[in-house]
Amino acid sequence: MEATKEKKVLLKVEHLKQYFPVKTDSFFKPKAFVKAVDDISFQLFEGETLSIVGESGCGKSTTGRAILRLDEPTDGKVYYSGQDILHFNKKEMRKLRGELQVIFQDPFASLNPRQTVKQILNEAMAIQEVVAKPKRMDRMLELLDYVGLPPEALDRYPHEFSGGQRQRIGIARALAVNPKLIICDEAVSALDVSIQAQILNLLKKLQRQFGLTFLFISHDLSVVRHISDRVMVMYLGKVVEIADKKDLFDSPLHPYTKALLSSIPVPNPAIQRERVILKGDVPSPIDPPSGCRFHTRCPFATEKCKLEEPALRELGTNHFVSCHFAEKLAQ
Amino acid sequence: MKMTENNKPILEVKGLKTHFFTKRGVSKAVDGIDFTLQKGETLGIVGESGCGKSMTSLSILRLIPSPPGKIAGGQVLYKGKDLVTMSEDEMRKIRGNEISMIFQEPMTSLNPVIPVGEQIAEALRLHQKMGRKAAWDRAVEMLKLVGIPSPEKRAKQEPFQLSGGMRQRVMIAMALACKPEVLIADEPTTALDVTIQAQILALIKDLQTKLGMGVIMITHDLGVVAETCDNVAVMYAGNIIEYASTEQIFSNPKHPYTQGLLDSLPKIYEDQEELRTIEGSVPSPYNMPSGCRFASRCPFQQPICYQQQPELMEQNDGVKVRCWMYTDQWTGQVEKQEAVK
Repeated sequence: MEATKEKKVLLKVEHLKQYFPVKTDSFFKPKAFVKAVDDISFQLFEGETLSIVGESGCGKSTTGRAILRLDEPTDGKVYYSGQDILHFNKKEMRKLRGELQVIFQDPFASLNPRQTVKQILNEAMAIQEVVAKPKRMDRMLELLDYVGLPPEALDRYPHEFSGGQRQRIGIARALAVNPKLIICDEAVSALDVSIQAQILNLLKKLQRQFGLTFLFISHDLSVVRHISDRVMVMYLGKVVEIADKKDLFDSPLHPYTKALLSSIPVPNPAIQRERVILKGDVPSPIDPPSGCRFHTRCPFATEKCKLEEPALRELGTNHFVSCHFAEKLAQ
Repeated sequence: MKMTENNKPILEVKGLKTHFFTKRGVSKAVDGIDFTLQKGETLGIVGESGCGKSMTSLSILRLIPSPPGKIAGGQVLYKGKDLVTMSEDEMRKIRGNEISMIFQEPMTSLNPVIPVGEQIAEALRLHQKMGRKAAWDRAVEMLKLVGIPSPEKRAKQEPFQLSGGMRQRVMIAMALACKPEVLIADEPTTALDVTIQAQILALIKDLQTKLGMGVIMITHDLGVVAETCDNVAVMYAGNIIEYASTEQIFSNPKHPYTQGLLDSLPKIYEDQEELRTIEGSVPSPYNMPSGCRFASRCPFQQPICYQQQPELMEQNDGVKVRCWMYTDQWTGQVEKQEAVK
């Protein structure tokens, strides 16, 4: 990691919980909840890229949405530059959203189809009042230049663009308000590899140019390896491992991380790897397994794992893992 | 090219063209492709969205929505018989029986209100003329074969009661129930998580060895190709542009598009500062350039590339490639060897 010295914490999440109520069969039954995110804590340093990875339903997108307060978290605290943003009122929150932007997976669904690119960018700047009216046109052209779109794009509608170009518009809109932190929720997942490469290069370039901080949510481990400084692995609403990218990919400690890494098909037939194939499916987050949530699929599970929930503890510098037997398995 | 055992291919596609006749004009989704599949071989067809890989698989089984789609030319020879000219009755005997298919999204391919065991048994009763009881027993046996726990119970459940991975297993059980000679898997794991994907790919491979069928694996994921396929056909804008063994494709890609595709992948085992990209975008299927379809995006382009489309030509090492760079007409500054790297 580059910013090891005097790292400034930009975002701090403490004991974040996000439960969604589910319909129960009977009025008299106790209420059931989907525990999408269940007590997670982490920090995000200024200028870095932290990725959240995991399979569907692990809570990675929910975490992103909870930080932005798109869904109000059930419990926990979120500090942005030291301020507790969960207690912000609407006005303060709106102001904060200028610094906290988001890029979604499907740019077509998140761009208004009846607005031209000009209107889309203009609206963002008008709401946040970042650029005075007469200067907006120049700013828009500048933004298009940053994301690699021609000036003619201004008068066109989202449907006239290809998927990759639409994602560029989404990025331009996020940049329009001079944000500090951008949450990228599966921002390149819907794109073909050659286009995906273009967008990843663009995100890296913009990060260098504007000193942006990224919270990068993705299920694709190859993409995550390319873009991140640190990686956080989630499973069923819990953090199982957080580490610097290199440590996580070269010496993963949690059995789930190991299985996840070994499941990725590698586009090189010369590499022969030992593959850990997990048995069964991810259990339901409504009634998650007791103890360690991974014990039902873990090849090393013992009686202790069924009963006791492992805490997230530090093993090695900046390498956190929640497994009772991490030291043993590392050997 | 890797050849398996006998040289008599089980499936042979020759000059297949599938065109769509729409108000906007003719869309040449598949425009003259050739490949062969041996018994026991896994052939990968790769390419990005819109390259025609899925249309190729639908054309083999004659499942093209028609109109507007139409097989405009070519042959699909299955054990020497041409599927393109076959009557619908004969075709129905082959579809799902001798050649079957797995689709990407199992939820839309399964009937949502019929128990999954019943859906598998239906195929057996129709194709194999099995009795009700025998077909049901075989369906349960198939579910067991694809690794579904407590198959007797699961067979009576409807698709919504199963998880995504299990539904895909049911699809595979259904596709394999009649012991087909050819299995076409169209993005079979794209909708699944990586840990489940690993399970399903291992399962397909395992069943292939047991049943000795030929598999066509259609995917956009080069990792899946590297791990499962013997040979690979890379498609671009309705054409096959490179056709070689998996080792050759990955160790020594010849076509500039294949090279670009491999370079643009983020690598899981190395660090790169910047990814290489392919400039520009795919030409519209309604308005294909007359020359090489990749010419405008190609770093090695020459005037000849815009004038005439190259043929898919076999090289000394058996690799087939559709590029002027590997012909005698090539006059470019870039030496062949340099282009190959």
